[in-house]
Amino acid sequence: MDKKPIFSVKNVVMDFEISGKNLFSKKRTLRALNDVSFDLYPGESLAVVGESGCGKSTLCRIAMRFYKPTKGQMLYHDECCHSFRGYALKNYKQKVQMIFQDPFSSLNPLHSIYYHLKRPLQLYHKHKSAELKKKMDESLEMVGLVPAEEQGRKYPHQLSGGQKQRAFLARIMAIGADVIFADEPTSMLDVSIRLGVLNLMNKLKKEMGKSFLYITHDIATARYFADRIIVLYSGHMVEWGDVDEVIKHPVHPYTKLLISAAPDPERETLAKLEVADDVEKEVTMWTPESRGCPFQNRCPVAESRCRETFPEAVEVKKNQFVRCIHAESI
Amino acid sequence: MSKLLEVNNLSVDYITLKGAVRAVDNVSFSIEEEQSMGLAGESGCGKSTIAYSLMRLHRPPALIADGSIKLGGREILKMETDELRKFRWEHISMVFQSAMNCLNPVVKLEKQFFEIYKNHGITNNRSEARTLAEELIQIVGIPKERLNDYPHQFSGGMRQRVVIAMALALKPKLLIMDEPTTALDTVVQREILQRVYELKKDLKFSILFITHDLSLMMEFCDNVSIMYAGKLVEQAPSRTILKNPQHPYSYGLKNSFPSLHGEIEYMEGIPGSPLNMSNIPEGCRFQDRCFRAQDICFKVVPPRNHRGNDFYDCHNPMGTLTGSKN
Repeated sequence: MDKKPIFSVKNVVMDFEISGKNLFSKKRTLRALNDVSFDLYPGESLAVVGESGCGKSTLCRIAMRFYKPTKGQMLYHDECCHSFRGYALKNYKQKVQMIFQDPFSSLNPLHSIYYHLKRPLQLYHKHKSAELKKKMDESLEMVGLVPAEEQGRKYPHQLSGGQKQRAFLARIMAIGADVIFADEPTSMLDVSIRLGVLNLMNKLKKEMGKSFLYITHDIATARYFADRIIVLYSGHMVEWGDVDEVIKHPVHPYTKLLISAAPDPERETLAKLEVADDVEKEVTMWTPESRGCPFQNRCPVAESRCRETFPEAVEVKKNQFVRCIHAESI
Repeated sequence: MSKLLEVNNLSVDYITLKGAVRAVDNVSFSIEEEQSMGLAGESGCGKSTIAYSLMRLHRPPALIADGSIKLGGREILKMETDELRKFRWEHISMVFQSAMNCLNPVVKLEKQFFEIYKNHGITNNRSEARTLAEELIQIVGIPKERLNDYPHQFSGGMRQRVVIAMALALKPKLLIMDEPTTALDTVVQREILQRVYELKKDLKFSILFITHDLSLMMEFCDNVSIMYAGKLVEQAPSRTILKNPQHPYSYGLKNSFPSLHGEIEYMEGIPGSPLNMSNIPEGCRFQDRCFRAQDICFKVVPPRNHRGNDFYDCHNPMGTLTGSKN
């Protein structure tokens, strides 16, 4: 692509010290993200899928500057987002926003929806009162909270979960964000409401050119909403590429497992889960000393080679990359 | 097959300062032996209220206003407290949504199992209880040594499996699962559900499966009841709901999960928000969100149309035209 990426992640490694906080306990380090790199282009949505504990949310939090990565950089318009100061920082905070999983606790219960929209408009755009009202109503109408006049006066507890998530999107639109990190925005919502929110995000992406990083563990909605997909396992990117290619022709054993586990009413018999039979069906804890492929303990086709090195990415098809030693032979 | 559970005209009210709100309105259904039935609907439609009422676990302000619940011919609503205490878990047991909160965090699993056996008069002997617990915990795929562990030493999926093992400890005839896997990852979710359905074949119990994820339910249940705003609006075998739903709400639910195969097409979901139960309109409860609503829907409560054992409540059903997905 000749377009310039709006947000790019370059070889990010994130280590957490999980003990060793006092004098007597042994120091242990957990590597939450290992060598993660991708680009996000304007008007594009990128899905990150993986199970809980695989580092999806850590990725968001680094971008939100909650943590500084141990190694690597996150670039917003080619500038490292952790080095911003002063005006540049304010601009970054305006342009890069996050949607949270739980709409029930992300809005202040003591303030009306109008208040939530008014604050960012005053802080970032310095609108006067008549214009302010117009802008607030515009952003409410954009997210489908109509009649705006009535919905804006409501308090968060008067809205349903889906409406709250819409109100939160309206707030992000009012701020004027370009890059939106959506951390499982629909997993707390009912299935019937979920699509409405996804369609809204799709509309914002197509009509206004917003970029989304969509974090989820639901591979079906990832296919519905995203253009590209990254499958994350234990902090490693194991497979990535165009969403259709990856979901229709998965190559990495973990991607295959994820897809066979997704609910599918068309299925006649119980699905066969391709996984080595181990007891701890959890993400392996990854430390800086760990070697080999992160999926080795659960992989049905693991060999001794898998315990030694984690292979480089192979382009199995155009725009589909896999990190697995079996990729070449498939 | 004989009917295990029969629920007739069950109504549950929530008493509020503004008067009673009817959360479950005149609901009747039955579950046959070794059958699994699904109850689907949005949050706040009364699914969990039904589940709690079946075990009489509901607490004020909820109040069962009317109806009868019979399990194997015995009326649950007329039981005395002592009788009820024995009845729960031995005949009906329940798996709750958050397994994290079901286990006592400061007691080892072994003792938690022992207490079940002791209180229900199975055995008073620790080693005997241990043997029973070992057997049970192995069928859900957890090694028996782990009975010596505390709940926090298990992952979320394992804790949920322990809770399922506990629910099956006294060989109940009916297992109620109230969104058992909502907080879990897809891989773990599938593994647990497949395990439960294998156990169902071996141990021969019935399942009432409650969730809002219809795609999952259609894969696992024989019969599906769709609930909207406190009423059952459609009941049919899961195949029928998938291929040929009659009520527009079932159609909307069915069409709200994106497919993994085929073309990606624009999907609508169901517009609007769930009904406010303290302000129920005249006529059909789904009127505001229904894309097939006619004048009559705003005035008259839709009648129940029967098709064999199945039924749907709608003035303007989908008919057979919408048989396939397009």
